[in-house]
Amino acid sequence: MSTTTADVEIENYTLNFGPQHPAAHGVLRLVLEMDGEVIDRVDPHIGLLHRGTEKLIEYKSYLQAVPYFDRLDYVSPMNQEEAFAIATERLLGITPPKRAQYIRMLFCELTRILNHIMNIASYAMDVGAMTPFLWTFEEREKLMEFYDAVCGARMHAAYVRPGGVSLDMPVGLAERIMKWAEGFPKIIDDMEGLLTENRIFKQRVVDIGRVTAEEAQAWGFTGPNLRASGIAWDLRKAQPYECYDEIDFDIAIGKNGDCYDRYLVRVEEMRQSVKIIKQCLEKMPSGPVRVNDRKIMSPPRGEMKESMEALIHHFKLYTEGYKVPAGEVYAAVEAPKGEFGVYIVSDGTNRPYRCRIRAPGFIHMHGMDFMLRGHMLPDVPAVLGSIDIVFGEVDR
Amino acid sequence: MAEFIANYVIPLAWILGKILLFVVPLLVVVAYVTYAERRIIGAMQMRIGPNVVGPFGLLQPFADAVKLLTKETVLPTGSSPVVFLLAPMVTFSLAMIAWAVIPVSEGWLISDINVGMLYLFAVSSLGVYGIVMAGWASNSRYAFLGAMRSAAQMVSYEVSIGFIMICVLLTAGSLNLSEIVNAQKGMWFFIPHLPMFVIFFISVLAETNRHPFDLPEAESELVAGFMTEYSSMAFALFFLGEYANMIMMSGIVSILFLGGWLPPFEALSFIPGIVWFALKISFCLFLMIWVRATFPRYRYDQLMRLGWKVFLPMSLIWLVLTAGYLVYTGKVPV
Repeated sequence: MSTTTADVEIENYTLNFGPQHPAAHGVLRLVLEMDGEVIDRVDPHIGLLHRGTEKLIEYKSYLQAVPYFDRLDYVSPMNQEEAFAIATERLLGITPPKRAQYIRMLFCELTRILNHIMNIASYAMDVGAMTPFLWTFEEREKLMEFYDAVCGARMHAAYVRPGGVSLDMPVGLAERIMKWAEGFPKIIDDMEGLLTENRIFKQRVVDIGRVTAEEAQAWGFTGPNLRASGIAWDLRKAQPYECYDEIDFDIAIGKNGDCYDRYLVRVEEMRQSVKIIKQCLEKMPSGPVRVNDRKIMSPPRGEMKESMEALIHHFKLYTEGYKVPAGEVYAAVEAPKGEFGVYIVSDGTNRPYRCRIRAPGFIHMHGMDFMLRGHMLPDVPAVLGSIDIVFGEVDR
Repeated sequence: MAEFIANYVIPLAWILGKILLFVVPLLVVVAYVTYAERRIIGAMQMRIGPNVVGPFGLLQPFADAVKLLTKETVLPTGSSPVVFLLAPMVTFSLAMIAWAVIPVSEGWLISDINVGMLYLFAVSSLGVYGIVMAGWASNSRYAFLGAMRSAAQMVSYEVSIGFIMICVLLTAGSLNLSEIVNAQKGMWFFIPHLPMFVIFFISVLAETNRHPFDLPEAESELVAGFMTEYSSMAFALFFLGEYANMIMMSGIVSILFLGGWLPPFEALSFIPGIVWFALKISFCLFLMIWVRATFPRYRYDQLMRLGWKVFLPMSLIWLVLTAGYLVYTGKVPV
């Protein structure tokens, strides 16, 4: 028997963070290689919420594909519908009426707020502050009532459709939204009062998960995560879609690209969104909300009672759908989480030949490893919260 | 035989009676602290909180207790059952036995020992064993990390708590809790020792693993920390122990700094001391709950830094200042 003890190699241990973890934002599984509390490597495992959306869309008519987009990033449904609608419209070569575009912008900005309050609040909860979550959920509830008012559903709207929106806004909704928009900055102030200058919050997020401008570009970051690193890239300004070029708003950018800047950028974006919402409501013209093309959008119900042709159109549109000219198109919108793109290849039939979805969350997910190396375990939820990941769109 | 009864049986029965008089109300209070916490935080977060079971939801704690009692205690594979089940008992009983020396009013206490303060210090330090045992016996990484954090945290904050206690002891001139309270007639110690009062309160938050120092059970990182693998009554014992500890530490804050059972003004002394003591404890508990609703959570290394690099030097300096002042002015109590 040897008298000396053998050399013991102390190995790092791995910690399975999720998929059933309170801070895993759904079904993320991170395999963490840990040296004590310090993280050596992060290995995100995805796919637990994979539903085959892209493949399913290939077997649906263009109209039937719309609801799938609500279910990708289920915190910001309408922005994604918009991306799909714009892509399809480009293939069809149509432009929705002005009023429809304004309604879309209005609801996209409401959705942006919907997304950002959800993100900031859950992010705050991840670093331990419970109250902002419940305070802002009051506002989320009001926003969902606007969704409800306009399309009858609180989350999965299926409201923005190729060729316009499904219905005009009900009477009085514009005033309700205006009244809400007047009061909302106060709620942001309240929430900021709990977080922005809070020393503990700052200690937890300042200088955590830093991303330089170069890194952010190299990893393909978009949206608030890119802007927090100091690059003023916003698709609403860079390649204006809908009527964003008629609206006056600013792009919020950060300086350091840490978790704190990402938080600040989102807060400022909410304020800008309120500004856009007000302008949309003021500038919104009256008129139709659907293209006047019976081959794409169904005729009004009244017409169907009298016109045989209208009835046939309705029947054809809701059974076969419309045929889209062959071609391919990529349309991207500035979704709350970043550039949400839809790439459609059409073979001239009533179903897309291929529908590829560029989800910003999926790309941000890649950054987890380099952002977290050398940080500690408690920083995992902080970084995860700050890059705003929803698994519906990551796994698709 | 009569002698035996007079010497042993009657005193024993008397002590048991006193213990029951303490423990039963204490458990009820613990139950209602959980209820109060949920209602207060609910109000702060613009929601209602439990209001369905019984009038105003007042029977909610009992409903929870019944639910937990009837559930199955799950023993995780690979755990060591004895330690696993012992841990919550240790935590709970330590939280209970600390009450042996706490005077709730003039002369209302189970045992008026001269080293009351030391006893409390010892018991509250032992509390970490329950948590370490739980973390080790669970055979889970989350639980283990939680227990490690907890051990480090409690040990570091105990040091500054110790120094703060010495400051108070120097001023009061006794380790006996009743005498410490009586020494505060005229002026409660939180006035001369205001910085220490603040530090002590924050350290108490750390010692009881409350927000913003609830790292051992940090939900967003460690699921439930050392409690991750616990269920049913074992979990309930941890939970009760934690809340009993909160009340106990609030009691210590009241005794050391807020004048225990003493009324704020002599004119109010017709109100029994226990009412004042309860009010002061409620005040501390309310602060704890308020803090929980307001602040995010510290990170482990930041917590250590705060304990060792801020609180420890500050309490040491204050100790030197207190001792120096007392010696210089000749006010050292004999």
